[in-house]
Amino acid sequence: MFRFILRRLLQMVLAFFGTTLIVYALMFAGQGDPIQALAGERPVTAAQRAYLTEKYHLDQTGVGGFFYRYLDYVKNLLQGDLGQSLTGRQIGDILQQAWPVTVRLALIALAVAIVFGVTAGVIAGIRRAGIFDNATLVLTLLVLGIPTIVLAPLAQYFLGVKWQLFPPTAGTQPSFYALLLPGIVLGSLSLATALRLTRTSVAENLRADYVRTARSKGLVKRRIVSVHVLRNSLIPVVTFLGVELGNLMSGAIITEGVFNIPGVGFNLFRGIRTEDGPLVVGIVSVLVVVYLISNLVVDVLYAVLDPRIRYE
Amino acid sequence: MSDFETVAATEDQAARRGVSGEPGTPNRVGEPQKPRSLAGDAWRDLRRNPIFWVSLGLVVLITAMAAVPSLFTANDPRDCLLSRQHAAPSGGAILGYDFQGCDVYARAVYGTRASLLVGALAALVTGVIALVVGMLAGYFGGWVDAVLSRVIDIVLGIPLLLAAIVLLKRLSTSSDNVRLFAVIFVLAVLGWTTAARVVRSSVITAKEQDYVAAARMLGASNGRIMWRHILPNALAPAIVVLTIALGSFIAAEATLSFLGIGLKAPTISWGQDIDTGRIHMRESATPLIVPSAFLALTVLAFIMLGDAIRDAFDPKLR
Repeated sequence: MFRFILRRLLQMVLAFFGTTLIVYALMFAGQGDPIQALAGERPVTAAQRAYLTEKYHLDQTGVGGFFYRYLDYVKNLLQGDLGQSLTGRQIGDILQQAWPVTVRLALIALAVAIVFGVTAGVIAGIRRAGIFDNATLVLTLLVLGIPTIVLAPLAQYFLGVKWQLFPPTAGTQPSFYALLLPGIVLGSLSLATALRLTRTSVAENLRADYVRTARSKGLVKRRIVSVHVLRNSLIPVVTFLGVELGNLMSGAIITEGVFNIPGVGFNLFRGIRTEDGPLVVGIVSVLVVVYLISNLVVDVLYAVLDPRIRYE
Repeated sequence: MSDFETVAATEDQAARRGVSGEPGTPNRVGEPQKPRSLAGDAWRDLRRNPIFWVSLGLVVLITAMAAVPSLFTANDPRDCLLSRQHAAPSGGAILGYDFQGCDVYARAVYGTRASLLVGALAALVTGVIALVVGMLAGYFGGWVDAVLSRVIDIVLGIPLLLAAIVLLKRLSTSSDNVRLFAVIFVLAVLGWTTAARVVRSSVITAKEQDYVAAARMLGASNGRIMWRHILPNALAPAIVVLTIALGSFIAAEATLSFLGIGLKAPTISWGQDIDTGRIHMRESATPLIVPSAFLALTVLAFIMLGDAIRDAFDPKLR
């Protein structure tokens, strides 16, 4: 176990350097004018140019210079110094303000996925090939197939603007109610996947030997399902939900952008729109790290939860 | 192409007949349809599946729309007059006009081409990468497999949307075609891993089969065995995965265009139209709903088609 965690950690460190190197190389290096690339389509004044040249050590050339700058970037990233956006705000501050909102939204989405997805999945798994099962299969296929850029604006229009059941957008200090509809939209994808996972897993476990043993011992069906089957079936679901939490936290770009929720994804959305290079790179770098760490946690969690999995 | 399918058909039938098969029955070779030549059983299942027919019909319709959009609408999607902003349906514009005064329906119809082109080409490139990588990893095993599998792991660990944002942001000032191919390239480079894994595992299964041993005994080279004997068997699952991937590539392209880093005007794409429609939804919702419906139906059609074929090929899933 210890060796597995160590190896997995080592892999993550490699992946971290790999991805940050790619992000860095693509954004700043290997092109004619990195300063212009930072600024996107906007003109750069001489003062800005001189400032950026000094700040990013652009006067050093060659491969050595590239790695010098890259290590600079990684060092700053690890110290939590993400630099400034083009509007002059500290990216660290922006993220600090945005993160709690994104976490709240992610937790709502996850709660929606767990409450509806797992419950419906268990029912569908028990009554396999029934009406409920087939209906959920079709419904989840629909949810999985419809992209968020369709789902989010349409939910906003119908539920927010037309029938006015929910607030169509959230403001700077979003209430729970304002986050509910975006949370459902965001969680619907995880819901569908969690439902399918639970269903397959429950249906599979119901045919396992230990269920037959439990039944022959004379246990009632409710106990078999709620204690024996559920415990074993939820292992893959828990892992999936762990990965999802990481994904959800790392910014629901579309959902937050559409519903105007001032979270991490919204800031990335705005950074892309306003061609704010440093902001995009800063947020993407942090998100990649979040993604890598959440994957690591889930892998370890998986090994702890399921003793059948043995890592050499 | 049909050559491999013929081989697959023969082998498939031989495998199913086993020792008790009647040697006198002629093999159904040379039939052009893919499902029949790969597995008659699957085709029999598919024929009775309404989802398969609905999604296939949609795919055909969408393809026709992409090929000859002028068949479906007489209006020019770029003929926009501000004076008809959000105007009611009239003169061939059966769904009215959008914020810029363009024909909503015509724009949705003409938007099909870019979406389908990106999806299909990305799936094609993905397929080629996946087949080469999966085949090499599965057939040779050993260190080749170890290296390629790690590469797959790493690429799989890269979040698609974030990576696409970084990759495409560099192209903020490029011509339409460069942009189109950049989107295809980015989607393919980030999206080939699932298909490669599928190919790898089916190659590993296929290479243990008796007919491969027989071919080797007859002195066939590695290249010939891979090309003629293993590829046809690895192709079916790969095609299923790629059909589903095609749908998700279309969704991904629309998402990137929605964000403003995918396709840009003058290329007409659903993602952009959804974005502009979204902003003006309070004035008129049709410019939002129409491209949304086109996009959702297209993505769903491909995903359901792939799903139906996979179910037919893999009875274990039922």
